[in-house]
Amino acid sequence: MTSRGLDQQSQGQVRSFGVPVSARPTVSLPVSAPCRWGGCAAPANRVPGSLPRSEIRPIETLGVEALADGPRWLRPCNAGADVDLSAHQSPGPGVDRLNTSIMLGRTLREVSAALKHGQITPTELCQKCLSLIKKTKFLNAYITVSEEVALKQAEESEKRYKQGQSLGDLDGIPVAVKDNFSTSGIETTCASNMLKGYIPPYNATVVQKLLDQGALLMGKTNLDEFAMGSGSTDGVFGAVKNPWSYSKQHREKRPLKPCGDGDGDEDSSWLIAGGSSGGSAAAVAALTCFAALGSDTGGSTRNPAAHCGLVGFKPSYGLVSRHGLIPLVNSMDVPGILTRCVDDTAIVLGILAGHDPKDSTTVQDPVKPFVLPNLTDVSKLCIGIPKEYLVPELSGEVRSLWSQAADLFESQGAKVIEVSLPHTLYSIVCYHVLCTSEVASNMARFDGLQYGHRSAISVSTEAMYAATRREGFNDVVRGRILSGNFFLLKENYENYFIKAQKVRRLIVNDFLNVFNSGVDVLLTPTTLSEAVPYAEFIKEDNRTRSAQDDIFTQAVNMAGLPAVSIPVALSKQGLPVGLQLIGRAFCDQQLLTIAKWFEKQVQFPIIQLQEFMDDYSSVLDNQKLTSVSLQQ
Amino acid sequence: MAAPILRRGFPGGRWALVWIHGGCRHRNGAPTGPTLGSTRGRSSVAQQSLQTAQKPRKGEHKWETVVGLEVHAQISSNSKLFSGSKVCFAAPPNSLVSFFDASLPGTLPVLNRRCVEAAVMTGLALNCRINKKSLFDRKHYFYADLPAGYQITQQRLPIAAQGSLKYSICTGQRRSQMVTKTVRIKQIQLEQDSGKSLHDDLRCQTLVDLNRAGVGLLEVVLEPDLCCGEEAATVVRELQLILQALGASQANMADYEIQRQISELENGGEILNETRSFDHKLGCTVPMRDKEGEQDYRFMPEPNLPPLVLYDTSCLPAGADPQQVINIDRIRDSLPELPSVTRDRLVGEYGMLPEHSFVLLNEVGLLEFFQNVMKETRAEPKKVTNWVLNTFLGYLKQQNLAVSESPVTPSALAELLNLLDRKVISSSAAKQVFGELCKAEGKTATQIVSEQRLELMQDREELERLCHATMDEHPQVVMDMKGGNPRAINKLIGLVRRASLSRADPTVIKEILERKLSP
Repeated sequence: MTSRGLDQQSQGQVRSFGVPVSARPTVSLPVSAPCRWGGCAAPANRVPGSLPRSEIRPIETLGVEALADGPRWLRPCNAGADVDLSAHQSPGPGVDRLNTSIMLGRTLREVSAALKHGQITPTELCQKCLSLIKKTKFLNAYITVSEEVALKQAEESEKRYKQGQSLGDLDGIPVAVKDNFSTSGIETTCASNMLKGYIPPYNATVVQKLLDQGALLMGKTNLDEFAMGSGSTDGVFGAVKNPWSYSKQHREKRPLKPCGDGDGDEDSSWLIAGGSSGGSAAAVAALTCFAALGSDTGGSTRNPAAHCGLVGFKPSYGLVSRHGLIPLVNSMDVPGILTRCVDDTAIVLGILAGHDPKDSTTVQDPVKPFVLPNLTDVSKLCIGIPKEYLVPELSGEVRSLWSQAADLFESQGAKVIEVSLPHTLYSIVCYHVLCTSEVASNMARFDGLQYGHRSAISVSTEAMYAATRREGFNDVVRGRILSGNFFLLKENYENYFIKAQKVRRLIVNDFLNVFNSGVDVLLTPTTLSEAVPYAEFIKEDNRTRSAQDDIFTQAVNMAGLPAVSIPVALSKQGLPVGLQLIGRAFCDQQLLTIAKWFEKQVQFPIIQLQEFMDDYSSVLDNQKLTSVSLQQ
Repeated sequence: MAAPILRRGFPGGRWALVWIHGGCRHRNGAPTGPTLGSTRGRSSVAQQSLQTAQKPRKGEHKWETVVGLEVHAQISSNSKLFSGSKVCFAAPPNSLVSFFDASLPGTLPVLNRRCVEAAVMTGLALNCRINKKSLFDRKHYFYADLPAGYQITQQRLPIAAQGSLKYSICTGQRRSQMVTKTVRIKQIQLEQDSGKSLHDDLRCQTLVDLNRAGVGLLEVVLEPDLCCGEEAATVVRELQLILQALGASQANMADYEIQRQISELENGGEILNETRSFDHKLGCTVPMRDKEGEQDYRFMPEPNLPPLVLYDTSCLPAGADPQQVINIDRIRDSLPELPSVTRDRLVGEYGMLPEHSFVLLNEVGLLEFFQNVMKETRAEPKKVTNWVLNTFLGYLKQQNLAVSESPVTPSALAELLNLLDRKVISSSAAKQVFGELCKAEGKTATQIVSEQRLELMQDREELERLCHATMDEHPQVVMDMKGGNPRAINKLIGLVRRASLSRADPTVIKEILERKLSP
């Protein structure tokens, strides 16, 4: 053979040589029952469920008065995402224009329909969102607002709509992107001094896919530095404030402070948004955009979604490209999706999912956009309740809601069984070793030479490296780098890294065993409690907080499974509580279908911010069009 | 073993341009293999390293030299190991750098099929076990021309392992005996090359060129089976020939590099009693271990690359996309002739001495030259071999030319040899014609022969007359001959040749003279 003949100019880049599912990253998941994306049939064999219910689902008053006349989520519901706006609209020049403000509280799907029917133009929508972003600047949700870019995109989108050449559901839809995704020409900081001023020359694949669909990029959202944290409090641009801190629902119910009203009160009592994708969550929750990208390594999308009353979705590892996502832990990172309802998540996922030649860990199976079916019968479903997730730290309210959710499934005919994930206990420690090790490695590139911060100290290369990294990274990042390098030392590698990998395998097997026993999805809490005030949150250090807050979410990342947090109710303090559904690997669509059914049952209320912002008043005027169901 | 470090302090850095890096210079080049140490020669394309260690024999106080080698060969490919950047020597600095090569955050590696195939070919050629599943690892160290802060390599489970390489060396007092030996191959791994640091001592700054960063390397790790520098140099040369035959790597080391290696290895083998390595820049060997800077590379699995899975025909998944799978058996079937086979063929086909076959292969382009001459000449293979190895190669060496730079083409030499073969010219005239051909004046051998009247005298009568005349002119010599002096006839032959202006065939002259003088 000739050497020339082998080496074609196109240079076939070998993505993976195996069957896609087996070609997983280092901790490859033995997906024994490769139920694929979309086509996941429930196995017939079910483990007969006899579980000590009282132990894991104690009947306890919810503290939410609405329950007096039965759980609201059991009521039949015909509102929600199925609203057909076209029914009472006549498109064309004489279109019955709606107040644009109304649109902001809508779901992505609704506003997409409104755009298609000419009830609002992309530019109007964009300007409205930009205006709201300015008004909610105090939330600190955005690091960079890409106003010019968004307006230009809106203009182009508007042209397409005028020519009847809309690109699809996302055309003209304002979205936000966490500031750890590369955006071409737009500063990408990871909320770190290290990357302040860094303007990437390329778009992350997921960002590019959104833009290709005509989405409007409103800006880059705040996070914990390099996504290391669970509160969105540890970024160099300051903490993100949870929009629910300012909601009518919370203000009416929160414990009164002695000093009454006034700005001082605001400052001391605001709640964290959760993290690390807190900026993205706050941006969607404050109605400044209709969907946002987060990233999820240990719960960073689901946690803030739960705290901000949103749907937070973590796809199966390998379903969505990580190319351009500035990594935290490569083997666990996935781009996450934050929206106001499950259908919106499905729309975004349909666009983002699929093989990316630039990410060798994405599966090769083709994925097409899809519409989630309306599940009417859950009687064939088996819901697993992992007993290890009932931890002493779990708040009574969350525990009660978890229990009621299980009852809900059961009352509708689903089989609900207690299951065991015996290695859950070791998950956090294992995660700590694997996470810090990869962090130590991933952060090695930040040396001040090519991009990002460079220290003025130039005595020697080593001195420059050291000073650059000391100045560029916060304590949390430096701490993890230090730990990670310790675990990777030759003398420690076996005792820490290898062991952690073995434990990871056990955790993966835990999930496999449960799913192989016939469970379709697992139902768990997303967080220990509702969002806590910032002042309280910072009493613990980042590491402790992360370990506590990732408890229900992080094992999923170890196993690469899809999981979604669904907002289910407001707590006594009028704050959102989310519950998590965990699905089988690559059964994301099945998971979302069940989540959609669940969402419909629980009728989570829309945030009421009208006291704070004039623009919101009209949201309520139009309640019949939105899936609003307020708890009194 | 401990990681080697070459370090030279260089304070007073300056930061001027994006790619400029000042400050202290050091080099952490190191092997991934657990038993061998190396530094990476920065100046040659194919890089080698060595380690010498000595161990006492049981019951003896004699020391034995052990040489191990790690050879880094740059893979011949259009694009880099994990990115689509072009691979091209001597391109303008930093003109072949993708976002991945510059380690921009968020970029991911995508494995180059061509590099994998080159590694499999090399593994097969070196009788290795090809691992159907191999893994990639990150090896961490900070250096300005290593932008990610780690190099992706194959430490734990390389693509090929447990092979062997046969090589032959000359032994005996007159170095005329060829002895064939075997060195074990520990493993072959794929890894990224680093960029280049160019140190500007005047301005106290370092310029970084990332064109080479991420280019695919084959690292061939040999077991320490070699006992001297000469063996090491022979093995390196053999490996180079194999890589070139495969097209896996150009492995284009200059001759001086080999010479340098030989002398270096020989020095090392005789003198050193500690683990040392050669520093190109300092031009001498330096201790490889630096207690202060003993480095832990903190190896970790590369999480962004799934295991590399190869197939053979027996386990090829049905309906697999040929672009997505690599079939080891197909690569084996398409392997070109390896140097050892070529040499055997030369010996068998042309009755060549084994050592001659080695010379033909060792000189770049010489074998091809020889074969082209053979195609166009009817001369005996042995004669052609002699001419190519002695006259032709001798001239090139004397002029310090490569075969490719030769002023004499294979066709020109073939024509000359044909004239010789047909006895149109004498061998001494042939040498003279060769000298003329080397002047590269655009004349063919035939032209030179006719212009300079170098043809052998074909007219026997004329030659007889010439002999007769010469005998008449030199009666004393004739007398000597008749008196029984055996050397006298040679003198007479010489005289006749001179008279013929060297155009007469000495054997014919001798025959005529002997006949004339016989009683």
